Amino acid sequence: MDLFSHLAVGFGVALTPINLMYALIGCLLGTLIGVLPGIGPVATIAMLLPTTYALEPVSALIMLAGIYYGAQYGGSTTAILVNMPGETSSVVTCLDGYKMALKGQAGQALAIAALGSFFAGTVSTIFVAAFSPPLSALALKFGPAEYFSLMCLGLIGSVVLARGSLLKAIAMIILGLLMGIVGTDVNSGVARFDFGVPELSDGIGIVSVAMGLFGFAEIIVNLESTEVRELVSRKVSGLMLSWAQIKAAAPAVLRGTGIGSVLGLLPGGGAMLASFASYAVEKKISKHPEEFGRGAIQGVAGPESANNAGAQTSFIPLLTLGIPENAVMAMMVGAMTIHNIQPGPQVITSNPQLFWGLIASMWVGNAMLVVLNLPLIGIWIRLLTVPYRLLYPAILLFCSIGVYTVNNTSFDVMQTAAFGFLGVLFVKLEMEPAPLLLGFVLGPMMEENLRRALLLSRGDPTVFMTRPISAGLLIAAALLIVIIALPNIRNKREEAFAEEGA
Amino acid sequence: MKRIGHPKDFWSGMLFMGIGAFALIAGAKYTIGAAARMGPGYFPRILGILMVLLGAVLAFRSLRSKGEAVPPWKWRPTLLVLGSVVLFGAIVKTLGMAVSTVILIVVASAASHEFRWKESLIAGVALAVLAVGVFVIGLSLQLPIWPGQG
Repeated sequence: MDLFSHLAVGFGVALTPINLMYALIGCLLGTLIGVLPGIGPVATIAMLLPTTYALEPVSALIMLAGIYYGAQYGGSTTAILVNMPGETSSVVTCLDGYKMALKGQAGQALAIAALGSFFAGTVSTIFVAAFSPPLSALALKFGPAEYFSLMCLGLIGSVVLARGSLLKAIAMIILGLLMGIVGTDVNSGVARFDFGVPELSDGIGIVSVAMGLFGFAEIIVNLESTEVRELVSRKVSGLMLSWAQIKAAAPAVLRGTGIGSVLGLLPGGGAMLASFASYAVEKKISKHPEEFGRGAIQGVAGPESANNAGAQTSFIPLLTLGIPENAVMAMMVGAMTIHNIQPGPQVITSNPQLFWGLIASMWVGNAMLVVLNLPLIGIWIRLLTVPYRLLYPAILLFCSIGVYTVNNTSFDVMQTAAFGFLGVLFVKLEMEPAPLLLGFVLGPMMEENLRRALLLSRGDPTVFMTRPISAGLLIAAALLIVIIALPNIRNKREEAFAEEGA
Repeated sequence: MKRIGHPKDFWSGMLFMGIGAFALIAGAKYTIGAAARMGPGYFPRILGILMVLLGAVLAFRSLRSKGEAVPPWKWRPTLLVLGSVVLFGAIVKTLGMAVSTVILIVVASAASHEFRWKESLIAGVALAVLAVGVFVIGLSLQLPIWPGQG
């Protein structure tokens, strides 16, 4: 089987001591920021991007990927013990996980979350390995018109999870695209929107944008509220699950894995959408829906498996098509670009070591995470007792040093502060930064493909509709807009966000 | 004057229109070219027009739809957090990592309503040792440790 020989190559790369070490660092950091509310994977990856310059590309990607799925494990710990989502994708875990902790079942809740995630991680790693080659092969046949349409679909997809009005989210994409084309135009050599600032002629750095909008803004908004978080129990005992609990949770884990794997593939998908969907399904098919919200183990097992599966399969569109489907994947595009790897279908053939090494490392990382999160749970709980007033200045410091090191210039630090200000404004006006970040990353690629497509068609814009794949993708994008705008779905969306805000 | 129904959407619409118009004006000097031979101004112009249009629709609709008011802006966290970062960026090359770190930590800490002088100073010194150790010595970052070394 091809799959196994590919995976063998991957494990050969992933199991070298140096890559094991970076996987471990990534998982540790991921769990850390997952546990700590107030800093997410996007800001963390932005903070660490500059330090990966010196690394081998595969080591860098292994570490950064570890942060994303590590955060899925860590996030559940905070959700269960503090009733506060450490990450957005563990919002629904609060509902039943915290109730389980109140009933004295914190240990079991943590255990099922970690084991469910591990199972989901294992299955979805195989899923990624099996799905990527055929998808890459298909994508290699894409011309510029198809690519342009695919990007449209991907960008529209990012709106699914945006709060507030649809129109606003679409405008955020456009703003992102506009920001993305700042800098020297590759074709004409004209420096666009640089306003005579030499630093801007190289474009706006992704680290500044992501750190300002996702890191600084989040810290400022947190500081505006004065709510206190409380830990349920400092001692977690009894990680062992009873037979009855296993029997109740196992089908939920299976369903969560399936839902997560599929939703992770779709544009706009990823960990968060997967966990919401899984919770809704579990509640719907349960014989005792009234138990949900009162400590039902399925309500922890399903979403926690789903978010990890979704986190992993969301790498598929990135690795095969070069299209990031959420903000974290946009950061991965940035990471690959730093190392001169153009994300897209050619990666699998031109860099098989990197491709399969990254996939294999996901499984390795998941195995590490079970160990990090179950026996070592005590350490993470102690971390939760560090007060925020000590934590955020340290985060700010590492962010500032990180952004300074990108180009060794103070300009980048100032620029990041400016984006921090913009980020707070976005929060106040309920404007979602994730679609902006996607637009920002895709901006130059989108312009390039539009240019090429119209060059080939001699300026005829109907080319996007006469080529079948391109037309199909555009129709899918249009359908997606219609579906989101339907009143029924719109209410559902608002409900989901209301639940999150609660 | 009638009250705006959805202030958040109204102001975001205004912001989009402003940025879009700015992009159109600032980008007016870039040649457009034709669809088959796009100049550097083609794509930005499309985006600018789209932004102004979307912003206008958003702002117009917000007059009638309903929504919450824009939450008040507490100046202290924004000013001190961003101020500490800007300050750090401005002084790190001349004053060095050690002093700049302490200043960043103390100024940033003052943004919290639980601010304590002594505690933030101690945290600042501890983090300065860590930052110098890890970044300047460990990762050999091109930054001075003390003032006057730059």
